[in-house]
Formats: sequence, structure tokens, C-alpha cells
Amino acid sequence: MARETLDKKIHIILDQILVLDSMVEDAIINSVDALKRRDLDMSKRVYAGDCDINKKRFDLENEIIVTIATTQPVMATDLRLLASCMDVVGELERIGDYAKGIANIGIKTSDEPPVKPLIDIPRMAEIAVDMLHRAVGAFVARDLEIARAIPSEDDKVDALYNQVYRDLVKLMIQNPEIIDRANYLMWAAHNLERMADRVTNICERTAYIVTGQLLEYSSSDDEMIAPE
Amino acid sequence: MNQNGKEIKINVKDFNFYYGKFQALRDINMDIPKNKITSIIGPSGCGKSTFLRSFNRMNDLIPNVNVKGEVTMESENIFEMDVVALRQRVGMVFQRPNPFPKSIFDNVAYGPRAAGLRDKTVVEELVERSLKQAAIWDEVKDDLNKSGLALSGGQQQRLCIARALAVEPEVILMDEPASALDPISTLRIEELIRILAENYTIVIVTHNMQQAARASDYSAFFNMAEDRAGYLVEFGETVKIFTNPTNQLTEDYITGRFG
Amino acid sequence: MSANITTVNRSIASLQNNNMSTRKIIQKIAFGIMWIFAALAIAMLLWIIIYVLINGAQVINLEFLTTRPRGGVSGEGGMSTTIPTTLYLVVSTLALAAPLGIGAAIYLVEYAGEVEKESRAARILIRVARTGIEILAGVPSIIFGLFGFTLFVSIMKLGFSLLSGGLAAACLILPVIIRTTEEALLSVPMSYREGSLALGANKWQTITSVILPAASPGIVTGIVLSVGRIIAETAIFWVTIGGSYRMPENLASAGRTMSLHVFMLATETRAFDKAMGTSAILIIVIVLLNLVINFISSRFEAKFMGKKV
Repeated sequence: MARETLDKKIHIILDQILVLDSMVEDAIINSVDALKRRDLDMSKRVYAGDCDINKKRFDLENEIIVTIATTQPVMATDLRLLASCMDVVGELERIGDYAKGIANIGIKTSDEPPVKPLIDIPRMAEIAVDMLHRAVGAFVARDLEIARAIPSEDDKVDALYNQVYRDLVKLMIQNPEIIDRANYLMWAAHNLERMADRVTNICERTAYIVTGQLLEYSSSDDEMIAPE
Repeated sequence: MNQNGKEIKINVKDFNFYYGKFQALRDINMDIPKNKITSIIGPSGCGKSTFLRSFNRMNDLIPNVNVKGEVTMESENIFEMDVVALRQRVGMVFQRPNPFPKSIFDNVAYGPRAAGLRDKTVVEELVERSLKQAAIWDEVKDDLNKSGLALSGGQQQRLCIARALAVEPEVILMDEPASALDPISTLRIEELIRILAENYTIVIVTHNMQQAARASDYSAFFNMAEDRAGYLVEFGETVKIFTNPTNQLTEDYITGRFG
Repeated sequence: MSANITTVNRSIASLQNNNMSTRKIIQKIAFGIMWIFAALAIAMLLWIIIYVLINGAQVINLEFLTTRPRGGVSGEGGMSTTIPTTLYLVVSTLALAAPLGIGAAIYLVEYAGEVEKESRAARILIRVARTGIEILAGVPSIIFGLFGFTLFVSIMKLGFSLLSGGLAAACLILPVIIRTTEEALLSVPMSYREGSLALGANKWQTITSVILPAASPGIVTGIVLSVGRIIAETAIFWVTIGGSYRMPENLASAGRTMSLHVFMLATETRAFDKAMGTSAILIIVIVLLNLVINFISSRFEAKFMGKKV
């Protein structure tokens, strides 16, 4: 039965998205942890591990394409779901790249103590990873309520990012020799801020599957509205 | 008639159809837009063909048929029109190609001649033009005296389309026009329909959803109620129906959950 | 699921080895028997034809074919007048029966259906008509002959004439023509009718332009069968056209068909050989007729089925 085959395939794909998500979550957590503890080996492992994430992404994309091709016609919700899976897989892979970037920074800065104790950055990572975890869970379950509630938490991450930015700029003004390393830290924070944005995209996709409309999260209203 | 900026060719109001005591269609309300392709989809037995055949009153051939409600084509009630005149304005292409056992020329000239056209030159021009419109002229121009039955399935169907066009109708009804054909011929027919829609209003019944999605501008989803009467579930732009339908039943049908 | 399939395969496979040869033998025996029956039937047919041809050939010469029978017990003369008489009779019978028969069949197939819905009386009438046609198709020709004698020869005072014979023969073949035409019309696919009506033709145009042409092979077959019947008929003409050996001048003249001539020669004269001769010519005519039917029929079919002839 074509319907059963499609349902089975969708189930497999969603499972694999959860797998990719946990790979990415681990990468972020580990990269930030390694940065904080100056663990060179861990940073290197995360850096190398990005290959696996990329491979997983391509395998998943292929699986989705093959599913679309072989279970025609694909209509309505199924179509929106599979198209959104493609998108979400891409978002996860890019978050994986952010982890790789942070790991790279970890490698570069492991030889000297950090310019300031890392408190806000790990906090950003914690919040962002938690957001990601819930967002992907909502996506796989197609839970609109949960997905709608997550984007507003991006504000917390943004606030922390601003804090880190201000702190580092102050330090750079006081102590120009550390500009280089401070910059690296800013990059790491920036990656985490971008990660939270991507999580918002994933939530928008969840809403798209359920409602058929692609709305954008508007940070001013804390709500999702149609794009201009 | 204008509605939301699109012109309406045929308006169906509170249309009910009975075969004797059995109700085949219930309370259909629909507008067929002018010069667009409207497809009618739905599970077997939901009355799609019955509905289509009402537009050119082919159902009159069936005994004990009863109709309630109105079907008007640009303000004229089709049930009050002369049926022969109606059929000259509303043509039909059938599921199985049915060329007459005559030459290709005589097949296409049949309709105009039956309508009284005698001038040989005009008939010849009309035949050539219709065969060109049906995208089959190049394949048959060298021997128009060949029997219509000697053509391949896809060619026969295009011949039938040419035959219908020769009468210069305003509306063309197609009852699963490609279901008896191979995939390549099917695509050719769909392309042809696309081109014809520039000048004619086209209504297609199809059980092939991909064909409806590919080849139509508007789609009407019919379903069968428990008492086996057909009713209209949803009507809208094809793109919307197939990517984000409003009615859950529509969604279930097009994603293969029933039918 | 797969376990069942392999089990099935194995049981059929083992069967095949056992039953194959038995089934083949039974088939061969059956075919053999049918072959023998067919050969017997053909042999009998050929024997009759050859017997007549051989015996008749002795008598056939140009003189035989061009002199008219002289009448009387001797049976002198030829059979010249019988040939045109047969022809006139065929033509006049067809002229009467074909339009009537085809028209009736068209009505019964194309129009009766609707009329029956409207009125009860019509339904009964049509039922009676159909039953009548069926019954008449099986009535022996002598009865048509006697009917013709009573009505046409005596009451209508047409006397023994080609006209009387033609009318009687028309009654005889009318049911056949109606039936075969009906069959031919019914075998025209509904899709042709629908196609024609959908193009804005009315019912009559559909009948004349599409249905009749498509049904014509069947209709022609029916007519030709009737022609064969007329040529072969004896009894019906025995009592209606008189038996005169003169050349008929018009429809009112009496005359003698070929088969009637055979009968009269065989029963009234001593010229059995001439009877054989006439029979031989008769058989040749019938064979030729069949060949012509087949030829025309296959040409029609080829044309309608679209193969270039």
C-alpha cells in the first residue's frame, strides 16, 4: 500500500533527524566545554566529527529525495513535511558548522588562559541547545504549540550575547594585546547567537507543516506573522 | 459574469441529479471559470462523470433521469436550450478514443457538415485548422483519406479532439481523456489542453491526481456520501488544493488515505 | 506469505510431471475427432456438389443455356428463360423487402426503446411485433406460398405472376432481413452514437451518417443471405409465379425460376439429365454468389477497420 510505505519512510526520516540533532547538540556542548576547559583533544575531536555530521546530512537529504521520487504523488501535508525536512536537515548541518567553528577557536586558544572566565558563553550554549532540543522534538511530533513558544526564548540568548560583547569590548579597550583572543571569543558567542536564530527557523518550519503558511517570527511582537 | 475578478462561464446552482429514485448528485454549487482548466477529482462512484455529462446533456440519453436546480451558461439555462445547439457550444472528448469508421477528413468534417456547412473550401479550411489545433496535422496531412481507425491510440484521441474543435465550441468537456493512453501520449494531450485553454473553457474529469495537479488551474473535489450521493467537498485553485487544502477530507483523499 | 507461495509452487510442479502427458493425449484425441467430423461434413457436401456437376455437365452447352424450355413431358429445350426470371424475382423481392426490413429494424433498435417508456400500448405493440418476427422466421416457405396464393394471386387478383411471387418471397425474407439488420445495428458500438450526438448531430443524422454505414457489412450479409434463399426456394414459387417457360415481359407475367425448373423437370418430365444440368448451373451460381459476398464483405471490413485495401 502506497500510503503505508510513505508513512514508514517518513517515520524513518524523522527518526534520523532526531539522530542528526543529537549529534549536533553533542558537538555544540562539547565544543563549548572544550573551549572553557581548554581541552585541546576534545576540540580536535569535535572539529573532526563535523565530517560525520556532513555525511549524515547528505544521507538524509538523499533519503528524502528518493522518498519523494518513489512515492508519487506527494501532496499537501506530506509534501510540506518532506520539503521542511530538507530545510531542517540543512539548518542542523549549519549548526554543526558552528560547533566546528567553536572547536576551531578552542584549538587556536588552548595554549593560553582565556581572557576572562567563561560564564556567559557556556550559559548561551546551554539555553541554545535546550531550545534546539525542544524545537526538533516539536518538529518531529509536529507540535505547533511547543514550536510557537520557543522563538521568544531567543531574547535570552541575544541578551547574553550583548553582555558578552560589551564585556569583551571593555577588555579590549583596557588591554589591546588581547584583542586577538577576545575576538575569537566574540566569534564563538556569535556562532551561538546564530544557532538560536536557526532554531527559530526550525520552529517556523514546524508551523508551516501544520498550518500551510510560512510565517516569520517577529521579535518585536514575540509572535509569528506573515512575511512582508 | 464576474466573480473575484475571474469570468465565469458556467454557473451551477443547487444542482441535484437522480437516476430514477437514486440520487447521484446532491446540492452542487459551483462556478466554472472561463478559459481556464477545471478538473474534477474524487473517488469512484462519486458522480464526477454524471456531473460532467450534465453540461452537454448527454445524460438525456439515459431513461428515467431527473434534474433539479440550475445550470446556466452565461445566463442561459442549458436545460431550456435546444439540445443540438447546446452540444455545438459544449463539446466532449471521451475516455476511450472513438473515431468514426470514416476517413480522417470525414471524421473532422462530420460536426460542421451535420450543422449544415456545405461549402467545400470552408470545410477543408476548418478541417486543417482543427487538426493543427489538435497538434496532429503534421502527422496526418499527407493522407487525410486514411481511416481514422488506422491511427495509434494517442493519435486517435487527438483526432477526436480535432473533431470536437471543428464544431467551434466554447466549452470542451473531457472525461478522463488520457486514461486509455500511454504516458507519453498522456503528456502530449496535457500540453495540448494547456494550449487550448487560451481559447476554450475546459472541464476535465480525472482520477489521476497528478494529472489534475499538473494540468488544471482549478480543482473540484467530489466525494460520495453514505447514501452514495455525490457532493462537492471543496473547490479552489489547484495549487492550493494540492499543497494546502482547507477541508480535512480533501487532504485525506489527495494523500491517499482513502479512495 | 512466502512460505505459502513455495508450497503452492511445489505442488503444481509435481502435478505437472504427472498430468502433462495425459492432458496432451486427451487434447490430441479430441482434436483428431473434431477433424474427422469436419472432414466428413465437407466430404458429404463436396460429394453432392461434384455428383451434380458431373452429371449435369453432360447436358450443359451453349444451346442449353440459350434456348428456352419447350415444356411438355419431354422436357426439351434449355433453361434460358429461367435465368433472367430468377434475376427479376430477386430484384423485385429485394426492392420490397429490403427497405421495409431495414426500416423496421432501425425503428426497433433506435426508436422503440424510447417509445416503450412513454406508453403501455406502444410497449405491447412492439412486443407483439418482435414475437411475430421471431415466429415468422421459422415458418416453412410453403406456408408463405399458400398465403401468397390466397392473398396475392386470388384475392388481390394479381394472378400467377412475378409480382405475386415477389410479394410472397418478400414476406418470407422480411424476418431474416429484420433480424440480421437488427444484429448489425446492435453491434455498432454505443460510443459512435455518443460521439455523433456530442458533436451536435441529431438522431436521424447519427443513424444515416454513422450507424448505417458502420452496420452495412452486417446488413449486406443479411441481404445476400436472403438472395441465396430466394434462389434456392421452390415451394413458395410453385404456387405463386405459375411455372410458365416463357420470358417474362413485366411483373404481371408468370415465369419459372431455376430451382422451380429443376423441380418441374424432375417431376413432370423424363428429362432427368436436364434437371441435373439446371442444378449444376444453379450450384455454380450459388458458389459464385458466395464468392462475391466474401469479396465485398472483406473489402468493407478492411475499409472500416482502417487497413488500406
